[in-house]
Formats: sequence, C-alpha cells, structure tokens
Amino acid sequence: MERQEIEPCFVYLDNNATTKVHQEVLETMLPYFTKLFGNPSSMHTCGGVVAGQVKIARQNLATLLGAEPDEIFFTSGGTESDNIAIRGILETDSKKRHIITTRVEHPGVLSTTRWLQSKGYEVTYLEVDREGNLNIDSYIKAFREDTAVVSIMWANNETGVIFPVEELAEIANSKGVPFHTDAVQAVGKIPINLSKTKISLLSLSGHKLHGPKGIGALYIRKGTRISPITFGGHQEKGFRPGTENVPGIIGLGKAAEIAMKNISDENTRVKELRDMLENTLLRTIPRTQVNGNREKRLPNTSNMSFEFVEGEAILLRMNELRIAASSGSACTSGSLEPSHVLRAMGIPFTMIHGSIRFSLSIYNTKEEIEYVIQKFPKIIADLREISPYWREQVKEANPALS
Amino acid sequence: MWDYTEKVKELFLNPKNVGEIENPDAVGEVGSIACGDALKLTLKIDKDGRIVDAKFKTFGCASAIASSSILTEMIIGKTIDEAAKITNKDIAEQLGGLPEQKMHCSVMGMEALEAAIKNYRGQKIEKMDAGEIVCKCFGVTDTRIRRVIQENNLQNVDQITNYTKAGGGCGSCRDKLEEILKEEIKKREEKGSLQISKPTSKRMTNIEKINKIQEVISKDIRPMLKQDGGDIELIDVDGNKVYVKFTGMCASCVSAAVTVKWVQDKLREFVSENLEVSIEE
Repeated sequence: MERQEIEPCFVYLDNNATTKVHQEVLETMLPYFTKLFGNPSSMHTCGGVVAGQVKIARQNLATLLGAEPDEIFFTSGGTESDNIAIRGILETDSKKRHIITTRVEHPGVLSTTRWLQSKGYEVTYLEVDREGNLNIDSYIKAFREDTAVVSIMWANNETGVIFPVEELAEIANSKGVPFHTDAVQAVGKIPINLSKTKISLLSLSGHKLHGPKGIGALYIRKGTRISPITFGGHQEKGFRPGTENVPGIIGLGKAAEIAMKNISDENTRVKELRDMLENTLLRTIPRTQVNGNREKRLPNTSNMSFEFVEGEAILLRMNELRIAASSGSACTSGSLEPSHVLRAMGIPFTMIHGSIRFSLSIYNTKEEIEYVIQKFPKIIADLREISPYWREQVKEANPALS
Repeated sequence: MWDYTEKVKELFLNPKNVGEIENPDAVGEVGSIACGDALKLTLKIDKDGRIVDAKFKTFGCASAIASSSILTEMIIGKTIDEAAKITNKDIAEQLGGLPEQKMHCSVMGMEALEAAIKNYRGQKIEKMDAGEIVCKCFGVTDTRIRRVIQENNLQNVDQITNYTKAGGGCGSCRDKLEEILKEEIKKREEKGSLQISKPTSKRMTNIEKINKIQEVISKDIRPMLKQDGGDIELIDVDGNKVYVKFTGMCASCVSAAVTVKWVQDKLREFVSENLEVSIEE
C-alpha cells in the first residue's frame, strides 16, 4: 500500500478552490475567539488591544501588496470586494453607464455585471484567444465617453493565465477610468507591488493564500472616487460597515506575512512540481493538451484536457485514490454548461468535458506528484475503454489498429 | 460532491457489461460529445426475441456510466417486448435513486434502449423523435419534453432541465418550456391523474378491484376517519364508479364533500387512477 507514505492527507491539488490554513495562522487567530474577544471600536483596553493587532494585520497585508495600510479595507472575501468595487464606482457618477470586463472573469464580477445590465448598464465583454490572452487593441477600442469602470482579473482561476493588468491599468488611467482587478488567485502566488501601478482597486480573498475563509480585502487607491454600497457603522471607513471579523483579519494578516516569505518557493519548487506533473502527463497520455498560455501563467496551476472522457468521472476515480482536483466539465458545474472560460477560449467540447484543473500549493511534495503521475494515466485509460468515441478515434489516427 | 447512492458508486467504479458486441442484432446510440454524454448500446438477441447479451460504451459522468451498466443488467434475459416497457424511472429506481440534476442520465439509458429496439425491429430511427426542436443548445424536441413530463410527473421547468437537459444551456427556451409544461399539466389534470406516483395501469378484474379497494379502505382510510369519530362503508363498485357511505360523525359532517375527494385521491393513488367515488344516499 504505497498510499501509506503520504497518509493521512489527501494529495490535495485543488488549491485554486481553497487552501489549507497555515498552522501558524490558526495559532495566531485562536486567542481572538476567547481571551482577546474585545470589539476594536470599544473605549476600553479589552477592545483597544485588539484594535492594535488589527492595525498590524492591515500593515502586513499592505506590505504584501505594496500598498499603504489606509488603502486596505477588510471584507468577507473576493466576491464582496468585487461588488463593493464595481457598484461603488458606478454610484459616484450616474451619467457613466458603461463597464469593460472580460468573458472569463470569476462569477463575483460576471454575475454583478449581468445584474447591472438588467438595471440598464452596458457592458463590453472582451474576448480571449485560444490561449486565453486578451487583445490589447480591442481593449483600447472598447473605451467610450461614458465608461465608468474597467474590471479585469489578474490571473484566471481556471487556467492560471495572467493578464497584463499593470499595462491595462495604465491605459485605463490615461483615459481617466478607474481600473479594478480581481486578484484573488494572484495574491500570494506572484509578486505584486501596487504602488508601482495605476491599479485603482484590487480584490483578494484570505482562503486562497492559506488564510481563513470568510475574510478578504479590497484595496482602494487613495484618491479613487467611490461610494459605499452597504450602510451601517463607521468600520472600514464606512465601506464595509459591521463589527470586524477580528479573528479573520488577524488570520489574513498572518497569512500575508507568511506568503511574503513563501512566494519564492511558490515560483521555484511549486512551479517545478507543476511542470513535472504537466509534462509527464502530456508525454504519457495520448490526446492530451494544456489549456491556456503556458508562459504567462500562475506557477501553481495546470488546466489539462483529456479527450473523449468526462471530467466528473475522472474526478471521482481520482477521489478513490484520494487525489483532489477540479474540472470544467458540465457535469461538475451544477448547471449543464461546461466552463465559460474554456468556451470563451474556443476549446472544443471534446476537450472541455474532459478538462481537469490541477492547482498546487507550497504544501505539495515531490512524492505526492510522483504518486499522481503513477496513478493518473490508468484512470484516463480505463475511462477511455468505456468511452464510445475512443476506439474509433484511435483507429482513425492509426489505421494499422483497425 | 454529488450525493450518489452506494449502488451508483459501485457500478461507476466496477461497471458491468462494458464493451461492444461483435455483429450485434441491435444497436442504439444516443447523445453526443458536445452534449457532454453519449451512450452506445449493443444487443445480442436470440430467435425467440430474447436479449441474451448486452454491452455498453458510455461517455459521461459517474451517473451516466452507472445508468448504462444497470440498464444492461436489467435487460439481459428479457424479451424485447418486456424490455420495451422499461422507463427511465425504473433505471433510476434500480440505482437506489439519482440526484434530481442527474435524472437525464436515466433518460439517456431509456432512449438508447428504445433506439436499439427500433433498430432490431427494423423501424426507422427518427432523430430521437419527431417534433420541433425547443432547446437548441442540447437539441431537445417538444415531443421528448412532453413525454418526459408525463412519464415522470414533472411539476416545474427546473425539473424539465434536470430530466432532459432542455433549458440548461443559454436558457433562452425557458419561456417555451414553461408553456409546454402548462399544457402538459392541463392534459394531466383533464385525465384526472394528479398523483405523484402513478398506480399500476395493469387491468384488474372486478373482484381484484373490490378486494384492493376494501384493503385500502381498511388500512389507509378508515383509521384516519376513526380519529374523528367517523367511519366508512363500501356499498358498491360498478366499473370505475365506487359508492361509499359515511357513518358516525362523518355522516353529518359539513366537509363530507372534501372527505369524498380525499377518499377518491387515496383510492386513485393505490388502486386505479380512473376511479370515481360518490356517496350512496
């Protein structure tokens, strides 16, 4: 039983979905549930001590982003940050009714813009090419007199493809349009220095960088015109009213501090493991491809397609071997539609339905990846044996077999 | 994660009768790679019309593979006529149930079987069924949607999507689906069969019918009435007309009409959907 060596953990390759909380993050958080339970707004030491630590957490997160602490607003996560950013900008000028975004955004942005369309806003959804890249010329042409905001993700959650957001933000800035980026997948994985960019707003989420769930942040560059969209107390300068999620904030601050230290490991060792996995599977499994630009990509993500088999079936077979990943197939989405990202890229259905996203983290080991490399090809071979399309295809490709 | 039954998991991991029969007597193919699932069923049928072997190849998720596998087990040993009676509900039941969003996998099984039977009988295989394409994303016709609505007693548009995939793509046909659903529900009401589960449609003799009515009255109806101090007596059964008499509290009860309706519903549910219950004066 070779599984014994890597027990008790799963081989967890679904880190773009969520990550394990770092042990040190957890330990830092725990006192804030009991001993340090005070409300940071209170006028007594019980709360004051906590307020001091919230300040440090804010500073740590600002450092990771290359931002100022007063540009950081804690929220419940990426989706809430996306909503506050886009809708908050629109609130400031009722005459500007146009939004620019892309077809491959996370639902946090896409569902928001679709709702805004129902309220009379106009939205330009930029296309991507077969590798998931944007066309800069189409982007420039998309600007109008009444463009209120641009929202373009930093890195794609499904393919890991990185958009040139610094460049895109420069262009938006030159046209006087605020630029928002959903950087949920990028923060902690690639170096970010917001002070060197013209990015106006940035969304991030704690649980994607080994912090807790239910906490995130919105970066708002000083001088950005934005109104709050929810109302209540003065917390987070009124942009996110309601008593702070203190343990979450403390955890996110710690996670940011640790991510600073680990970002080089992510871009060297983790990247090597990802490449080893990807290259070996490409070599050992016929009719397999990588989806997305392989150069401009997060170091931890690999989206691969295995033709003529279906993603949910692959995932459940993997699950039997205690390997966790995700898929862009229709069957796994809850709806009947396969991945909107892979469809926007023009990936054929035969490839989309058999797509698997492997997303690694600093916790993955070489032994784990070797285990996957050893086990995975048989899963595809077995399912292809059941597939009605496989044999015909093999025969077509190799007439000697027929 | 989907909430699959142990049976589904077992058949997904160890499917039975995988493959293709050489020189089959019947072939049924449904689905397409674009739709996300497809099934090819091949049958060996002896000279008496009995299915002696069945094999499948499926492109699809766990429930599609499990549905195909159980289907082959269900039909081996049956005559073509017997197999023709299998519905998607039977397939789902044999699996211990399927998540509602996955019911279309059982429908795919039934359709592949139908296609194979038509192929065996030398009937022309229409593209699934004639009719107008309602859902362009998945190529689903109104004929097929109407049939699945009736056979599975569907109540809303989401269910239609779960069972046939129609409306699960761009969603632009959902208004049309709503329209079809309304028409079918109306048809169903006119037929007077609003029950969730259809009673056996097998023709009963009069004696069987009376015995069954007596049984339902004593087991399901009388105990309920007795709680309110009432009782019921079966007076006569004439074809589908059932005459009863209420006694005790029920005899003078103002809600007798409601009670009759309730008795009728019970008898329709458990005995026959065509029964009409009235009070013997």
